[in-house]
Amino acid sequence: MPTTESLSPAALLAVYTLALRIHLVDERFRGLLRSGRLAAVYYSPRGQEILAAAMGVHLNARDYLVTTYRGIHDQLAKGIPLRSLFAEYYGKATGACKGKGGAMHITHPASGVMVTTGVVGSGLPIANGLAWASQLKGEDRVTLCCFGDGASNIGAFHEALNLAALWKLPVIFLCQNNGYGECTPYGKATASARISDRAAAYGPNMLGVTVDGNDPEAMWTASAAAVARARSGEGPTLLEAKTFRFMGHYFGDPGAYIPKAEYDAALAKDPMPATRAAVLASGISEAELEDLKKQIEADIDDALQFALDSPVPDLDEINRDIYADPTGAPA
Amino acid sequence: MNAPTAATTATKTISFTEAYSRALHDAMEMDPRVIMLGEDIADEEGGGVFKVTKGLSTKFGSRVRTTPISEQAIVGAAVGAALAGLRPVAEIMLMNFITVPMDQIVNHAAKLRFMSGGQTHVPITIRTRTGAGAGTAGQHSDMLEAWFAHVAGMKVVIPSSPADAYGLLLGCIFDEDPCLFIEDAMTRTQTGPEPEKGKIIPLGQANVAREGTDVTVIGYGRPLRDTLVIAEKLAAEGISVEVLDLRTVSPLDTDSILKSVAKTQRAVVVHEAPRSFGAGAEVAARIQEHLYSELKAPVLRVASRDVTVPFAKVLEQEYLYKPSAIEASIRQTLNGKGRR
Ligand SMILES: Cc1ncc(C[n+]2csc(CCOP(=O)(O)OP(=O)(O)O)c2C)c(N)n1
Repeated sequence: MPTTESLSPAALLAVYTLALRIHLVDERFRGLLRSGRLAAVYYSPRGQEILAAAMGVHLNARDYLVTTYRGIHDQLAKGIPLRSLFAEYYGKATGACKGKGGAMHITHPASGVMVTTGVVGSGLPIANGLAWASQLKGEDRVTLCCFGDGASNIGAFHEALNLAALWKLPVIFLCQNNGYGECTPYGKATASARISDRAAAYGPNMLGVTVDGNDPEAMWTASAAAVARARSGEGPTLLEAKTFRFMGHYFGDPGAYIPKAEYDAALAKDPMPATRAAVLASGISEAELEDLKKQIEADIDDALQFALDSPVPDLDEINRDIYADPTGAPA
Repeated sequence: MNAPTAATTATKTISFTEAYSRALHDAMEMDPRVIMLGEDIADEEGGGVFKVTKGLSTKFGSRVRTTPISEQAIVGAAVGAALAGLRPVAEIMLMNFITVPMDQIVNHAAKLRFMSGGQTHVPITIRTRTGAGAGTAGQHSDMLEAWFAHVAGMKVVIPSSPADAYGLLLGCIFDEDPCLFIEDAMTRTQTGPEPEKGKIIPLGQANVAREGTDVTVIGYGRPLRDTLVIAEKLAAEGISVEVLDLRTVSPLDTDSILKSVAKTQRAVVVHEAPRSFGAGAEVAARIQEHLYSELKAPVLRVASRDVTVPFAKVLEQEYLYKPSAIEASIRQTLNGKGRR
């Protein structure tokens, strides 16, 4: 794939369609939480829709994803079915993980969602293993590993990047730099100016790139390059996507630690309305976008109803999936 | 000891190290999904600091990889490769260093099957080595098996003979769950009858290493070898000791424990790990829960001391469980306090 190719109207629409799906699902979850119709710990990806969608359009279901608690945008970009996702958030037997993983531990191998971890930074070493398996088997699968800027300060980050570079693994480390790790701003936690600068420490096999994750074109182009590089066996990329999270760390976080001027400036660059405007400018009509939204809303309604109508897990589930052989479960 | 019989002299013997090595070789030959990673394990780096993996990279090429000194990366890569359908065997050079990749083991390897509702699973084997007695002191000698037995989803194996070591290591590699296989540094050159090629010992099954009727000694690993010598000695006095080798610390084979203790009505539990909160406490508790009214004496424990493994030879010996304590405990359950 030529990496200099600019975003065609069709590709832009594909990115926006996926981003809108993420955006509307996130909106729905926040509405459900606000009105007390859902009780879950929730980490909104609001503001990070475009970067996930721009990466997602380059991946297929055979590619692997490892992500974190703030990973609903990544999971949707990877194609997880809405019903499985909603039912898992509701802790239902029909959920992706039969209600045993929950919001922070979503797995859905059919769409390539292999691990969602609640432990900061721990996904990177696992992503290497998935990528190593593809390399050994001679498959052209790409492993995408998503994490935050805070995660880049965990020791596992360094161990994983070093190994990935040494072994030239087909993995993309996508650091979604939203400026904060919980309540601590980037500058108070991270000594290097850019996360991607750290790639230099891992030699020529590791490519470091910083991109505006809110710019669909820049993100699409950088993603295309990283995917092509991994797929062709050229090695890993540390791709830092600069972004912002508008809803704070967790749902209900008042975000008092974010300076108002900083927040306002970020909001002025909200990628969703900007991308919508770009789609309209490319020749898509308001009516078409309205239809698109209605269609996604209908899918969400269906998924929510499915989750609500689904049974809770059988109590016997507590004895299952501990070991392969259920008789191995403790007395 | 009795003179060896014709049958035992005819049997070839191998050491523990040879047994581990053979199991790894045979597993790789049996199944192309078996891959290996760890520090210094390839032949260019000497085939592992304990030489267990010697020859494997030469024969199996890129399926055997030397890694950087990055324990989180090692176990994480094993977890990921297992999720993708391979059967990785990761070496953590010494058990104390397993504190470094705890997150990968406890939060990921052990739990992904459950948290994913059975959609994914992590059939990895982590081989590690430990044991006090060689003067390696506080950070190179710990027996930490109880930590892992406490986490749902992990399987923990400690063999007490070379033949078992071979069969159990194959058992771990071909098991569908994450396994921790613990090699005893102090017995590595000891020998025993050689195993049958390719014979897998399934996990979770204890083995009656010696039949007896008066008291059951339950344990695993090195103290079990001491126990067999003691049992032989006591047999000369007419004391019949049954020796139950757990082989798998977790999941614990409760049925075999109860079956044996129901017969002998007396039990001593032995392990090298420190006494408090160890596997012995769990075994003793299960016996008590199920067989309280049938016991003729309290269940006794023999273990090492609840201190950091010291360096000075005299202190290290003071730390370690003592074979004499195994013998004394057996006699105590037969004669001493608590007998009805
Ligand atoms: C190892 C570990 N330490 C601490 C936490 C608590 N914690 C949860 S999220 C978080 C912030 C992570 O920030 P970042 O990696 O930038 O991701 P973001 O939430 O911004 O997407 C922390 C400290 C954790 N889950 N895991």
